[in-house]
Amino acid sequence: MQISGAQMVIEALIAEGVETVFGYPGGAIMNVYDEIYKQDKFHHILTRHEQAAVHAAEGYSKASGKVGVAMITSGPGFTNAVTGLADAYMDSIPLVVISGQVPMSLIGTDAFQEIDAVGISRSCTKHNYLVTDAKDLPRILKEAFYIASSGRPGPVHVDIPKDVTAQIEEFNYDIELELETYKPTTKGNPRQIKKAMEAIAAAKRPLFYLGGGIINSNAAYDVRDLIHKTQIPAVETFMARGTLSHDDKYLIGMLGMHGSYASNMAMSETDLVIALGARFDDRVTGKLSEFAKNAAIIHVDIDPASISKLVNADYPIVGDVKSVVNEMLTLADCVDGSRYESWRETIENFDALHPLTFHEDSERIKPQWVVKRVGELLGDDANISTDVGQHQMWAAQFYPFTRPRQFVSSGGLGTMGFGFPAAMGVKAAAPEKVSINFTGDGSILMNVQELMTAVEKKLPVINIILNNNFLGMVRQWQTLFYDKRHSETDLSMQPDFVKLAEAFGGIGYRVSTKEDFDAALKDAVEKNVVAFIDVVVERFENVLPMVPAGGSLFNMMLLEKKEDK
Amino acid sequence: MTTDNARRVISVIVVNEASVLSRITDLFSGRGYNITSLTVAPIPDTKYSRLTIATLGSVKVMEQITKQLHKLIPVLRVYEHEDMVEKEMALVKFDITENLSDINTICEAYNGKIVNAGESSVIVMVADEPKRIDNFLNSMKRYNPKEIVRSGAVALER
Ligand SMILES: Cc1ncc(C[n+]2csc(CCOP(=O)(O)OP(=O)(O)O)c2C)c(N)n1
Repeated sequence: MQISGAQMVIEALIAEGVETVFGYPGGAIMNVYDEIYKQDKFHHILTRHEQAAVHAAEGYSKASGKVGVAMITSGPGFTNAVTGLADAYMDSIPLVVISGQVPMSLIGTDAFQEIDAVGISRSCTKHNYLVTDAKDLPRILKEAFYIASSGRPGPVHVDIPKDVTAQIEEFNYDIELELETYKPTTKGNPRQIKKAMEAIAAAKRPLFYLGGGIINSNAAYDVRDLIHKTQIPAVETFMARGTLSHDDKYLIGMLGMHGSYASNMAMSETDLVIALGARFDDRVTGKLSEFAKNAAIIHVDIDPASISKLVNADYPIVGDVKSVVNEMLTLADCVDGSRYESWRETIENFDALHPLTFHEDSERIKPQWVVKRVGELLGDDANISTDVGQHQMWAAQFYPFTRPRQFVSSGGLGTMGFGFPAAMGVKAAAPEKVSINFTGDGSILMNVQELMTAVEKKLPVINIILNNNFLGMVRQWQTLFYDKRHSETDLSMQPDFVKLAEAFGGIGYRVSTKEDFDAALKDAVEKNVVAFIDVVVERFENVLPMVPAGGSLFNMMLLEKKEDK
Repeated sequence: MTTDNARRVISVIVVNEASVLSRITDLFSGRGYNITSLTVAPIPDTKYSRLTIATLGSVKVMEQITKQLHKLIPVLRVYEHEDMVEKEMALVKFDITENLSDINTICEAYNGKIVNAGESSVIVMVADEPKRIDNFLNSMKRYNPKEIVRSGAVALER
């Protein structure tokens, strides 16, 4: 079949089973948009900013487990999208991002809207391509989807000059990929796995350290089986929230900088860490030399470069978590779970000593209460996205997650402005669930223009603004480590969030009592509309407990007991 | 363990494709690693090229570099050389009035010779181990070299 490069893009997306594309057109990508107009196999969601298009594709991918697709034009369109690429790269989210480029004849001439896109995206993508001949397009697009979704997933960027999208060539997508240099190891070494299981059976205080790789590899339910079978307690990273249900008796909680006391103490006291799809991020480990100091380490990861990068693994296992965990399950009979009884008790005592909680306030709403309340009212019926800051940590700490892919947040890059567009992507992927975005008064303004997209495309995201009139997380560090010098974090000057929502055709609520909050949330869910719920919360609340950056996990700043206050 | 920050030489086999070289050098610069020298050429009768990279780093750093290089899609193989034959080349230009027979004799000791003689200058070439090239260039100082150019190393495992 002889078709244009632009048509090839469409045919490839259809062949890959893509249902939703997020994007923003411009001169260099117009040939492709012209073909989008002519087809009806997938729909296109026009965001109001390219960064949001990529974040929406990330949210879509996270919620659905599929490859997210975003399309943008050259120059400023592309540079706007870079933050999204970097975000997806840091969190290993499979994306294919297609950008237009100036015609081949103009490349390198500083032409209008020319930028060296592949040069820029090289350091924040898993792989990228500049397509110089439409003959290569079928292969490149096929490779792009394969590379994005296999091995350690990540974003792949395909930059296509305008004349290449106009070029007519033979199209055949039924091709075998010959990527002889790219062959991710998915099956773990059986001998290593056996040794690891023996180590587990012999350990006295083993601990599962669950990372985001579990969610990426759809292994959460297999991991649940392994944990229940071995009766070994588990801590989750921020990225792994929802791997275990919040009420699972083996779940201790989240670990790391804002993890629970019990989780961090368990990590400090364990004699065997079983790390699954986790990468020992510094926000998790604290001071490396003190991290799980007395423990041997089993590390399962699809990415060989993650293993022993920061902490030396005694049992390195390169492979897909799902496949390795299933292999472990077949050997799990050698583990006698009753042996860990007293270890589990020790952990329960840690938790009783300093449970994860907060102090209620009779006058003002506490932000933690809002998160808990949404959990009580919506629970499993909601998918949760967040922006970045204190509200993000409270969401991770206090929301009762019941399943993987329920929680979508920017972990590795920590991108303010991520939440709202990501929540739109989540809604597009899972329309049957309520899509909640917990956000801050700082973060929400970073992609507020997406109100228009959400209203137009009927993506009823409910944005709950935990409004503390501060760049709260930075303010917290200033309070704790900069002697309360709140330099440029005061956000007393604010838009009227209610009117702002209304101006775009959504609904706004401003609430400062618990009753009003309940009523607003109920109303927004019932009306099924794009909403801002602007919640006036205590201004100076801190996220606790906390491990100061670079400190040891067992040395936490804790919530003061109420009677000490 | 060998000493920290020792000189190390790795070979990287890559698919010949656009921008593969910048992918590799970006990986070094993006992580703050230094490349001391870099040599690239296609491997005859294949679609691959071979890069020889000399760098400084500890065993741990080298392990990371190797793994990270391996993650790049067009990279086929990465290996660090332990027992290798390693050569580098240097070209040096002298004024024709220098003591050319002395120069030639020394060059011969370093696998080299005069490769070009013009009206006012001569060019010599030597090919030897990098350390020996250092020595050679040192001993040439007294003949007032006008220009020196030095290649990166190439290496083969014994
Ligand atoms: C794009 C971007 N710029 C700056 C930061 C640094 N930063 C991290 S948290 C934070 C404050 C966020 O404030 P807000 O959205 O109001 O949330 P809060 O912490 O008050 O809940 C800032 C500025 C960032 N993470 N992302």
